[in-house]
Amino acid sequence: MARKDFLDIVSLDRAEIIHLLDQAVPFKDLFTRSVKKVPALKGKTVLMLFYEPSTRTLSSFEVAAKRLSADVTIFDIPHSSVTKGESVRDTIDTLQAMRADYIVVRHRLSGQPAAIARQTNASVINAGDGAHAHPTQALLDAFTLREVYPEMEGRKVVIMGDILHSRVARSTSTILEKLGVEIAFCGPGSLVPQTRFRRFTNYEEAMKWGPDAVYLLRVQKERQDAPFYPSDREYHSVFGITEDRLERINDEGIYVMHPGPINRGVELCDAVLDYERCLISQQVENGIAARMAVLFGLKPQVS
Amino acid sequence: MSTALDPSAISTAIGRLADQIFLAAGGSSVDLIGIRSRGDEVAERVFGILKEKGANVRLGILDISLYRDDYEHLSSNPTLQSSEIDFPVDGSHVVLVDDVIFTGRTIRAALDALFDYGRPAKVDLAVLIDRGHREIPIEPRFVGKTLETDRMDRVDVSLQKTDGKESVEIITQ
Repeated sequence: MARKDFLDIVSLDRAEIIHLLDQAVPFKDLFTRSVKKVPALKGKTVLMLFYEPSTRTLSSFEVAAKRLSADVTIFDIPHSSVTKGESVRDTIDTLQAMRADYIVVRHRLSGQPAAIARQTNASVINAGDGAHAHPTQALLDAFTLREVYPEMEGRKVVIMGDILHSRVARSTSTILEKLGVEIAFCGPGSLVPQTRFRRFTNYEEAMKWGPDAVYLLRVQKERQDAPFYPSDREYHSVFGITEDRLERINDEGIYVMHPGPINRGVELCDAVLDYERCLISQQVENGIAARMAVLFGLKPQVS
Repeated sequence: MSTALDPSAISTAIGRLADQIFLAAGGSSVDLIGIRSRGDEVAERVFGILKEKGANVRLGILDISLYRDDYEHLSSNPTLQSSEIDFPVDGSHVVLVDDVIFTGRTIRAALDALFDYGRPAKVDLAVLIDRGHREIPIEPRFVGKTLETDRMDRVDVSLQKTDGKESVEIITQ
């Protein structure tokens, strides 16, 4: 029996994750055809409910839905009635009346997509909620890593940056752990919580651990009222991939990932983008395939 | 339940398909595209025979899961597999291959899927079994074996590579 909603990674078991990753492969194959679109969700409506600004995730979902032939409506929150004081609940009632089959939600509050899912028969997909989860990002990250390491068991990944405030760190570490990957967190001491994972507060020490991939988190300038580090240059020299560090990464054959959008000169230097084991653009392409697999795999209860 | 075709009858039917396609091609090139699942295995076997006859033939596989018109009635969506068509179909003579033709809906979906790969010059249809009861105007040009069935019967095809055994059975409901 298929799920109605896709809200987090924690509630998926390994078999479901593998199934989704397998399903994303034929979707990615479609991208090389002359017609990239399939009729699977013809006549279905996908509503994008973004309470937080996003360009990449929003357009990735939009492309995914359109390649499945769904109709896409973008609910432009900053300019809509939310700013006029309409509650999320009233908004959902309005959307319910529009008979959407799928609702893609991004919200600054953790748990809001789950709350919406309980109120509607439509399938709800979490496109990022607070510091809680970003499950489709996790899926595309796992898919991308699996393309270079088909056997993921025992591989090592360092997730670098502001772990504390990152839903990407949370979801991506969870999915990779379920696939048998060893995880370490690395970042400024105050931003790396004590978890079940290995913890580093020093870049060089994290690299001595011998990771197969380094996953750089974006420095979220908009989310920190008081910055946790003195300057971009300071962050770059302490936790960023500098030209010197890139040389070592290259020598050791380590892959580099980043959820985007990147801050050049902060998380990484320009040269990383031309590095042959930089997976950042693959992540963008795979995001569409992974989101198509998620949309296709869910079963709305709308009649 | 009754066995309609045993392994040797299946081989004969596949050989018959190959002969018909070979004659129809008349020396020009043909692209066999088998429909998952089992149509791919039939196509592969026909391909083998045509190769031996020295025909100019290519082989592809089509997964039509994303083109079905019956998602609404399924409790979960079908498991997808990749299509494998690594040649351009533009201008080519394609022979779609399936194990059984029944209502014709699978072939309609397969045509939709095929045309998203390009624009073939000509498309023919080859089936191992024609069991009748069409719901749309699609007819195969090449048939391995025609079976008389009731609308409610189920026709189960098992092939060596896919199922580990060879048989065609009619199951009366």
